[in-house]
Amino acid sequence: MSLRTESGPYFGEFGGRFVPESLIKALDELDAAYLAAKDDPIFQAELAELHRSYTGRPSILTEATRFASLAGGARIILKREDLNHTGSHKINNVLGQALIAKRLGKTRLIAETGAGQHGVATATAAALFGMECVVYMGEVDTERQALNVARMNLLGATVVPVTHGSRTLKDAINEAMRDWVTNVDNTHYLLGTVAGPHPFPVMVRDFHSIIGNEAREQLLATEGRLPTAVVACVGGGSNAIGIFHAFLDDDVRLIGYEAAGDGIDTPRHAATLERGRPGVLHGAKTYVLQNEDGQTIESHSISAGLDYPGVGPEHAWLRDSGRAEYLGITDAEAMTGLLQLSRTEGIIPAIETAHALAGALQLAQTMSPDDIILINLSGRGDKDMETAARYFGFLQGNR
Amino acid sequence: MSRVTDVIRAANASGRGVLVGYLPAGFPTVDECIEALVALAEGGADIIELGIPYSDPVMDGLVIQRATNTALESGFRVRDVFSIISAVTARVDVPILVMTYWNPVVQYGVERFARDLVDAGGVGLITPDLIPDEAAEWIRVSDALKLDRVFLAAPSSTDTRLRSAVENSRGFVYAVSTMGITGTREDLDSAARDLVARLRAVGAETVCVGVGISSAEHVRSVCDYADGAIVGSLLVTTLENDGPAGVRSIAAELSSGVSSVTP
Repeated sequence: MSLRTESGPYFGEFGGRFVPESLIKALDELDAAYLAAKDDPIFQAELAELHRSYTGRPSILTEATRFASLAGGARIILKREDLNHTGSHKINNVLGQALIAKRLGKTRLIAETGAGQHGVATATAAALFGMECVVYMGEVDTERQALNVARMNLLGATVVPVTHGSRTLKDAINEAMRDWVTNVDNTHYLLGTVAGPHPFPVMVRDFHSIIGNEAREQLLATEGRLPTAVVACVGGGSNAIGIFHAFLDDDVRLIGYEAAGDGIDTPRHAATLERGRPGVLHGAKTYVLQNEDGQTIESHSISAGLDYPGVGPEHAWLRDSGRAEYLGITDAEAMTGLLQLSRTEGIIPAIETAHALAGALQLAQTMSPDDIILINLSGRGDKDMETAARYFGFLQGNR
Repeated sequence: MSRVTDVIRAANASGRGVLVGYLPAGFPTVDECIEALVALAEGGADIIELGIPYSDPVMDGLVIQRATNTALESGFRVRDVFSIISAVTARVDVPILVMTYWNPVVQYGVERFARDLVDAGGVGLITPDLIPDEAAEWIRVSDALKLDRVFLAAPSSTDTRLRSAVENSRGFVYAVSTMGITGTREDLDSAARDLVARLRAVGAETVCVGVGISSAEHVRSVCDYADGAIVGSLLVTTLENDGPAGVRSIAAELSSGVSSVTP
């Protein structure tokens, strides 16, 4: 039986719609508009043209030979989503949803953002389509990702710092949902990951599945074979599901690397699938980092984009069924991976992506040169320069 | 059958609607919360809506977010809700509905939560992020234990969905007055009147209106067409500023608005 045909609202016991009644009509309309668009050649042609002439797809594959030699095992090939317009995979989903919003007659886009990549992508689409844009961002994140706040402002979006709760991605989602409940008539909530109520997990996955579809075809064309393993970082899980989905029915290992922060055995991490348990968060039943009472626990990661105590329900399902594996990478391991890719390949990855790179090096050591690891290089690291410079002591000529 | 329905019917029979007063459990402390709930009932609230503080309250505005955060920071545990209910029902005769986001109930265990609620003397749940479509377990458990089940209806809900809210609710249907989150407002949306009429048209017998109701004038206008008015943020602010005594007097003032129901 194919694992690629799951289309919600449930993935096994996960998913669903745990939201206020006020939002159900909007979710139903979105679901109907998405299903219609999916089968509409005009919509698909419009999106394909945007991918080609705006985003710059297809994104290329780059073999990371010098990086792979650090592990001395498997070959490592990068799917270069960092080369997309706006610098990450996020644009794939944003353009798709913005086109749907236009079809629904919405004039205002709202979004949550952690690292700012999704906020920048949404602000970009709003500028392109002439729509109003408001981005909710935890106050903590506006500080550690100041450059992306400036980019969003430059693109004409309003960035609203969220000053309550843990002041990170989780609270930005709460605030975006409150805005949506209030302004649902003219507003589309452009959710940036595969979490949230149905149809978001399915729709966002489908818009990102182009990553895996392209990579699978490219590898078959250049190598004549499938990879041994496909790996990606997992916060909410959009880039991971985007590259996993094409390979779900193949004999290929799928590994998602979560943010282990200070370590998964410390209180400071974001390893939802390893240390959380099933619950309800942000409209879906999924794995959640929570205390005994079901109160969400604040996550921690050096990477704002992975600093999330929930995860998409399809990942929860893939975890429980054993089809995909999920492992933790600490802040320190990720930063080492970031430095290593930069210095061996001349490619500076986002800190989020660096978790997948560090994980891939560990994995490669256990494999042979006949094996191929495909990594979703989901974003570039320009936005992280301040964090990285401080981490490595590059500021004020320290080193 | 349902104490909440009985209270509403009795009020209607004597020509008035009901005042449903919301306060968060454990705010500002468990002890002061008990005093405030007793004051709320003695001041004139007919039904109490006791909210469980939750880390991610997407349906709530800043006033309630701040209060529930305070309760959580001072160590509120979900199980405290039961001792609060026991303490309050020992002192005043008022039905208490618990308002809770769904995850705390899931983690406690739906059936275990329901049994502890019955033992404490609570009468049911109001579930802001649980729609009937996702509520199979809760419907089964609440039927078995004869607990009330209040689902929400919104101005945006289709007639099919309104019918589902009516058919699956027991006690009353919670009509959300406006598209938005909890908080005080100057004007009440005319959408509330239309929504109540639409709920009646699909068979609703008891409907209370909530979200944005923050004056005796609002209560009066709501009770003109609905069976009751639900007040939250105003009570929370009053408790914050003036303590349980303030809650008592504001409840008295608000309940002066319930008497306009035509029998």
